Amino acid sequence: MSGNVADSAVSPTTPAQTIPADLSGQMLELDEDDDLEVFSKDTTNTDGGSFNASMQTSPGSMINQYKFDEEEEEEDPGAKDLFITVDNPESHITTIETFITYRVVTKTTRSEFDSSEYEVRRRYQDFLWLRGRLEEAHPTLIVHPLPEKFVMKGMVERFNDDFIETRRRALHHFLNRIAEHPILSCNEDLKVFLSAQAWELASHKKQGPGFLSRMGETVRAVAASVRGVKNRPEEFNSIQEYVESFSQKMTSLDRITQRIVKEEREYLEEMKEYAPTYTLWSGSEEELAEPLKGVANCLDRCFQETEGQVRQLSDCLAPTLHEYVLSTDTLKAVLRRRDNMQAELEAKNEALAAKRADRDALKEEIDKLEDRVEWANNALKGDWSRWQRSMRSDLKDAFVSTAQKNVDYYEKVRVTHLKPPQPHHTFDTRLVSITL
Amino acid sequence: MADAQREDAAETDTPNANDAQEKTSNSTMVEDSSTTLLKRMEITVAEAEKRTGKKAVNMQETYTVYLIETRPSSAVNEGQSVAPDALWRRYSEFELLRNYLLVTYPFIVVPPLPEKRAEFVWHKLSADNMDPDFVERRRVGLETFLLRVASHPVMSNDKIFYHFLMQERGWKEVVYDTGFQAKADSRLRALNATFRVKNPDKRFMEMKHYSDELQAITSQLLRARARVADRLYGVYKVHGNYGRVFSEWSAIEKEMGDGLQSAGHHMDAYAASIDDILEEEEHYADQIKEYLFFAEALRAVCRKHELSQYELETASLDLTSKKLQREELATGIVRTFSFKGMTTKLFGQETADQREARLKLLEEQIDEGEETVREKTAECEEHVHSGWEDMQRFKEQKDRDLREAFINYAYMQMSMCKKGIQMWSNAKECFSKM
Repeated sequence: MSGNVADSAVSPTTPAQTIPADLSGQMLELDEDDDLEVFSKDTTNTDGGSFNASMQTSPGSMINQYKFDEEEEEEDPGAKDLFITVDNPESHITTIETFITYRVVTKTTRSEFDSSEYEVRRRYQDFLWLRGRLEEAHPTLIVHPLPEKFVMKGMVERFNDDFIETRRRALHHFLNRIAEHPILSCNEDLKVFLSAQAWELASHKKQGPGFLSRMGETVRAVAASVRGVKNRPEEFNSIQEYVESFSQKMTSLDRITQRIVKEEREYLEEMKEYAPTYTLWSGSEEELAEPLKGVANCLDRCFQETEGQVRQLSDCLAPTLHEYVLSTDTLKAVLRRRDNMQAELEAKNEALAAKRADRDALKEEIDKLEDRVEWANNALKGDWSRWQRSMRSDLKDAFVSTAQKNVDYYEKVRVTHLKPPQPHHTFDTRLVSITL
Repeated sequence: MADAQREDAAETDTPNANDAQEKTSNSTMVEDSSTTLLKRMEITVAEAEKRTGKKAVNMQETYTVYLIETRPSSAVNEGQSVAPDALWRRYSEFELLRNYLLVTYPFIVVPPLPEKRAEFVWHKLSADNMDPDFVERRRVGLETFLLRVASHPVMSNDKIFYHFLMQERGWKEVVYDTGFQAKADSRLRALNATFRVKNPDKRFMEMKHYSDELQAITSQLLRARARVADRLYGVYKVHGNYGRVFSEWSAIEKEMGDGLQSAGHHMDAYAASIDDILEEEEHYADQIKEYLFFAEALRAVCRKHELSQYELETASLDLTSKKLQREELATGIVRTFSFKGMTTKLFGQETADQREARLKLLEEQIDEGEETVREKTAECEEHVHSGWEDMQRFKEQKDRDLREAFINYAYMQMSMCKKGIQMWSNAKECFSKM
């Protein structure tokens, strides 16, 4: 998949604006509202009010944002200017409910922020809201998934420590992926999410696109999906195929990992019964007491290390795999929305050809739609590239660290066994006493 | 490996052989020898074979026979390639031999046979007696049994044992001719009976208590180990699924493809490695199992002591009571209640003749009784002496064997860890190339 969108021909249809070509490091918004407002960026303006929830820039200026070559492995770490951490889960108990909040710490050099450091507390619902807003604002961009609301399988309850930690990690990962995204990281709702106090966030949440515009969007989407797209570009077909396959593989891997965790937990249960038999036995013996205690000791160590191994799988590998299972849902949705846009365009073109409606008005609509589709396609291609890179990096890290953890595990267990003296013979030990 | 062992054996001495000679008045001794049979002869259970034969009621049955090969040690040591003597025996014949030994040498902790049916199985191990793995492990167990008997200072000299090794046909008849079967039944009954012993040898009681503990703990250990093995098997095997999925996944990836594919192979290898690991562990389990069954044999020796002691006490009590009756008859003073005494009171005194007759009877009984007590005392003492000696020998053997077993178990675990390290290091390298 080529991430180089500079090759695509784009014709800006909006009036001239003073937006510079290179927009990295500057905060800009894109909104799918049809009224294309132009935003003029004045870097001296530090007033937070200069941001508007419905800002837009033309496709032409966005091209440069997607100048990724296939060789470019990672973004220049030096260019990163938004650092977010999610930690310190805390329980809050009210008369109505109990919930967990997480501390979100932001450090940034971006001028759009009033301050360079923020510390707020957010709950899961807030993250859900944020993601919803991001998806609404950028329906054809790939927004990283959030951990699920509930986990059905296993004995996980909402306030179980492991569950909270797993969720915290996923939330941290989510915000970091957003922060790395050149467009999403400039989103106004994100800024509010990161910087506003609890009451400010609550009031901000109440605003949002009107009911009618949301309705219009939904109706269009339904109509489009019924229509179906006729000429989907080949590259999106291959992405679609890939996503189908990938989704299956991730689901399998997730299931396999969960199964390993289950088996290891059962192994631990049995070890709990097994190791003490040696200690018990040593109480009845004299000469054999020492070697028996030695074996018991080794088995205990093995038990402890296995617990660590299980934690690695369930805290690190499984959640990562699960994230990518969820992200395939996002990918499918994004592809669908893109298809819908294209379907709408095709329908309008057909209507034009059939001379069924007012040509001029239709022509104008079609032009706008073409731009939108063009932009969406390019944006998606770019995001697809970035998604692939993230996926590769995330999964590689997860598997490498799992493998390393296993190596460490076997190392630690091996060392505890190193103490016993050399046996006289390796295998036919029964003959030792028989022949003496 | 085994041959090296046996050559070592030729050098070492058996300390107890001489003592056992003097004490045992067993008429089933083959010859005077200051070394055990194992020194003079190499014994192996070389093979196992399936046979079909007709049972008594004209039904077909399938059973396994084991090939016992014997070779004189001298020939082996001199490097001559001598054709071994060989014969086939089935498991039931081994059982017969062991029952004979149990009855004939009640003061010896007789080595156990490998289990009749597979117990402490975990899901992969077949509980089927015809399963080749089971048969193989049984072959090893039978060989161990023969070697243990052949190296015992007392049992190795037994004629019946020798014939078992050397003479295929007619052996069963010879065994039954010894009349051990009758003793076997009464022994079983006695071992299972409950009776109160007043003065058992404390050491034997402690040993019996120990044998109970040993039986309980090894049983628990084996059960727990089997369950752990089962779980560990599951963990390793599930990893095989990673191999399959990585392979499929690599087909849709470009840069990640190679790394995934090779990582998948390592996952497959990891999943497969558990089979060998657990097979090796079965040998360890068999060693523990042998001592689970040994515990029973040890207990039997202690019970035999209890029985001897009880019989002695009973005989003594009986003798004392008879002597008291005689005294009463002689002096006319009634100290104890007796039916005769009561009837005398009720129906009048007996005549002098009657009393004379009764006295004579009593004297005879007392003589018999004293003889019995003497016999029982000797029997008991001898059993205590020989039994204690053999229990000491057994204890030393057990400590040696089990110590080795635990050490080897630790080495097995270490080897398993080494394999794990290697595989996951390889996998990690492949993942890094993703």
